[in-house]
Amino acid sequence: MAERKEESANSREAYAYTPGLKVKRTTTVSKTRKLPIRGEVCVKVGDTVNFDKVVARTQLSGNPEIINAAMLLGAEAQELPEYVTKGVGEKVAKGEAIAASNSLFGFVKKQITSPVDGTMESISEATGQIIIRGTPVPVETDAYIPGKVVEVLPGEGAVIETNAAFVQGIFGIGGETHGKIRMAVNSPNEELTPDKITPQDKGSIVIGGSLVTMEALTRAVEIGVACIVAGGITHRDVKTLVGEEIGVAITGQEEVGLTLIITEGFGRMNMSQRTFSLLKDFEGYMACANGATQIRAGVLRPELIIPHEETLKRVSIDELAAGMVPGTPVRIIRLPYFGAIGKVTSLPVELQKVESGSYVRVLTVELDDGRTVSVPRANVEIIEE
Amino acid sequence: MRFILATDVGSTTTKARFFHLREGEWRFLVAGEAPTTVETPYEDVTLGVRNAVREVEEMTGHRILSESGDRIVVPCDGRIGVDLYCTTSSAGGGLQMMVAGLIKTMTAESAYRAALGAGSIVMDVIARDDGRRPHQKIQRIRSLRPDMILLAGGIDGGESAHVMEIAELINAAEPKPRLGVDYELPVVYAGNKTLRSQIEKLMNKGFALSIVDNIRPVLEAENTEPARDAIHELFMEHVMSHAPGYTKLMKWTSVPIMPTPAGEGLAMRLIASTYKMNVLGVGLGGATTNVYSIVGERFVRSVSANLGMSYSVTNVMKSAGIENIVRWLPFKLGEEDVAMRLMNKMIRPTTIPQTLEDLVVEHSVAREALRLGLEHHKTIATRLKGIRVERTLADTFDQKLEETYIRMMDIDIIAGTGGLLSHAPDRMQTMLILIDAFQPEGVTRMFQDSVFMMPHLGVLSTVYEKAAWSVFDKDCLVRLGTVIASAGGGSEGEPVMSVELAMPDGKTVREDLRFGEMKRVSLAERQEAKAIVTPQKKFDVGGGAGHKVESTVMGGVVGIILDARGRPLRLPDSDAARKEILMKWFQALSVYPTDELQKML
Repeated sequence: MAERKEESANSREAYAYTPGLKVKRTTTVSKTRKLPIRGEVCVKVGDTVNFDKVVARTQLSGNPEIINAAMLLGAEAQELPEYVTKGVGEKVAKGEAIAASNSLFGFVKKQITSPVDGTMESISEATGQIIIRGTPVPVETDAYIPGKVVEVLPGEGAVIETNAAFVQGIFGIGGETHGKIRMAVNSPNEELTPDKITPQDKGSIVIGGSLVTMEALTRAVEIGVACIVAGGITHRDVKTLVGEEIGVAITGQEEVGLTLIITEGFGRMNMSQRTFSLLKDFEGYMACANGATQIRAGVLRPELIIPHEETLKRVSIDELAAGMVPGTPVRIIRLPYFGAIGKVTSLPVELQKVESGSYVRVLTVELDDGRTVSVPRANVEIIEE
Repeated sequence: MRFILATDVGSTTTKARFFHLREGEWRFLVAGEAPTTVETPYEDVTLGVRNAVREVEEMTGHRILSESGDRIVVPCDGRIGVDLYCTTSSAGGGLQMMVAGLIKTMTAESAYRAALGAGSIVMDVIARDDGRRPHQKIQRIRSLRPDMILLAGGIDGGESAHVMEIAELINAAEPKPRLGVDYELPVVYAGNKTLRSQIEKLMNKGFALSIVDNIRPVLEAENTEPARDAIHELFMEHVMSHAPGYTKLMKWTSVPIMPTPAGEGLAMRLIASTYKMNVLGVGLGGATTNVYSIVGERFVRSVSANLGMSYSVTNVMKSAGIENIVRWLPFKLGEEDVAMRLMNKMIRPTTIPQTLEDLVVEHSVAREALRLGLEHHKTIATRLKGIRVERTLADTFDQKLEETYIRMMDIDIIAGTGGLLSHAPDRMQTMLILIDAFQPEGVTRMFQDSVFMMPHLGVLSTVYEKAAWSVFDKDCLVRLGTVIASAGGGSEGEPVMSVELAMPDGKTVREDLRFGEMKRVSLAERQEAKAIVTPQKKFDVGGGAGHKVESTVMGGVVGIILDARGRPLRLPDSDAARKEILMKWFQALSVYPTDELQKML
């Protein structure tokens, strides 16, 4: 086989590290809440807001209704202005006449009425169409997290900040919600089964361990659980829950009856001890959850935000981007050591051959079970302290 | 001029490629990469460019950035800087467009091809006959937030009222641009020229309107170039200037920033024009698969926006069916197990296979992504519809008039680029993936990109073609070799073809192939051999069934592959027979380490 060691070494491509998922006990979480189009901001800097406080609102122009008026009247497009009874900009009510024609000396009268309440937007001599703009649709953006308004984005929205614990998942389903945290299992290795979900969990954020089963999800939906957080889920169960295969990881719009946050990956995956302990410490606290995931362009991960009053320690971008050094705690995120946790022991500069035959940059990790293994640098993520 | 720097600001990674003049020849020197910084908290693409360039600086010891690091020094003052800097970009989702035309298979299809050819991702195609009611179209337009709209419709002096209907529909939907709330959405009008003043009157508010020559001035001709140029201009003027940091990046380079696939397309065209051959090219990326064809004078690009090897890997599974991925595995692995691996790859897209088993799984997905990408391409690379076609007597019996003009027998060159293809541990793996997926027929030369620099060289070729081709030829294009494959079906063991190769050392190699067999003959890069291929009467290698073909075959890092598996390629239905034949091919061609593979059986 024509191996490509030399060539790969010569290309000297650098590998860029991506920081791992965030699991922070205390941090400042800031959320920019924006309208899709310009509107009015309803809060000011310094305001204290709750989850459901409307921070900005606007009106989306109504849906246009296109009426092929000339055709209905049996007229030419350019003759249309002669037949309309309402001008551009005038308000019209549903059922109100907007155009009419007389033929056969007035014996046959054709009339067109508006199909909606709205405003006359255009009368086209080119196409013979009338367009009526429907009533504007109100659009509102709420705060999503309780906290303080630290910045107002004129005409667009506001930035809300809060002191909170912050946990990122790896994959989620469903959108924004909130509820009280409830630990349904005793250890991160335990499966979340239906018997562990009780009627008292209605509106709660229920924490499972290594795997949430389809039966447990079904029960949670029946009861009205707001959100489930677990280490893993099988491919088959995600497909059943969503009703189809997940093609690309762009989620958040699903309506499956709850929000789901997976912290580790697909399959049975013990929730990381750190995440589990942190959530346990905040059992009973109100938290905000969002399953929205978008891995391409933007890397949006599902999140759990637990506002609290503990002292804040700021973490700068520089610290996050510090990269890997011997001693950095990491999690291996691909076979054959998927899920194993350990500490980096060395970062050889030279490319090394791995079992697949590729020459790649590797690092050695001393696993929690005492073994030292070599893995591609691309296959680990930093566990942020 | 001694130094050239080219970057590609990708959706995840910014890739810098550094070229220099060595002994009168332009060559590739080093590559630097860094994460793209288009999103929060950075929101400035130049940071990622700077980081990638810093890597180049570290590796070469040659300073490129100014003292303060806030710009690339152009031209080189002898000590610091480069003489030319150019870049492509697909950050933040690339160029996303909506196109509209009058008839789905005519002007709308021409507009679709033009938008794709310009390097965009087409979010939707609106046409009068697209099967949706006006209110559904309006809802759809309102929900999309494109970067730009291309509006076509009608031949010059032809249909007008219905074209205006489409324009009025778009106008009424009030589409909003994706980036920024304050800028006007660019619209390119490339329809019936007699409607220009009416379109101008209708769309003078809320849109940044550009009017260009009709994309379909007459039914018999398609004129996509003016629309494509306008799209590139607007991409720079409107879209790029609203993306974070691009205003700064635009000041760093005097060469217009080009969408990445447009750069890649130019590189593919460079291959076709240099060799004067028909080319089928593919960029198999993490999120998308771009297929390019240059057949005769026609250049077509298709993008399968959700077929890719990382972000979209599960969409390949969804589109192809898990069973079609598993069929390429010579060992036993359950469908649910494979599905789970792919789901985990999707959520952690930057991971790479560590085990051979994982590598073979990814290669199986690649075959299916490429197969589907080509299928999609064929739906775009079609004859112009709406024209009366003369049917021969044979066509009448055949009943079906082939829509696409892509015939694998007419393709002379296949070229591949993208992470998976470039990073395969053995080039033989890349070659077989391309052969299995595209199923070339006759004699086909195979190339691949060495370290992802086709987009860079594509944009460079717009200003300095000589340098671009020099690097392209010497450092970018890896000659894999040539595949000789027979079209036609048969049964295992049946004689298919005999191949006689007059090798450069004067020796003659003769191989007789039976149905289902594959063989590999070594012929080094930049060497050629004369081949005489004699197929049996059921089989065709380009001269017609049973007719001998003489050709010059190109050597490469893999050599010559003789493929007698027939076309279309069919794998046995029985699980055991399928695995056995896959192993046979892998062994015959030394695709994977056999001992390692045996252990997995």
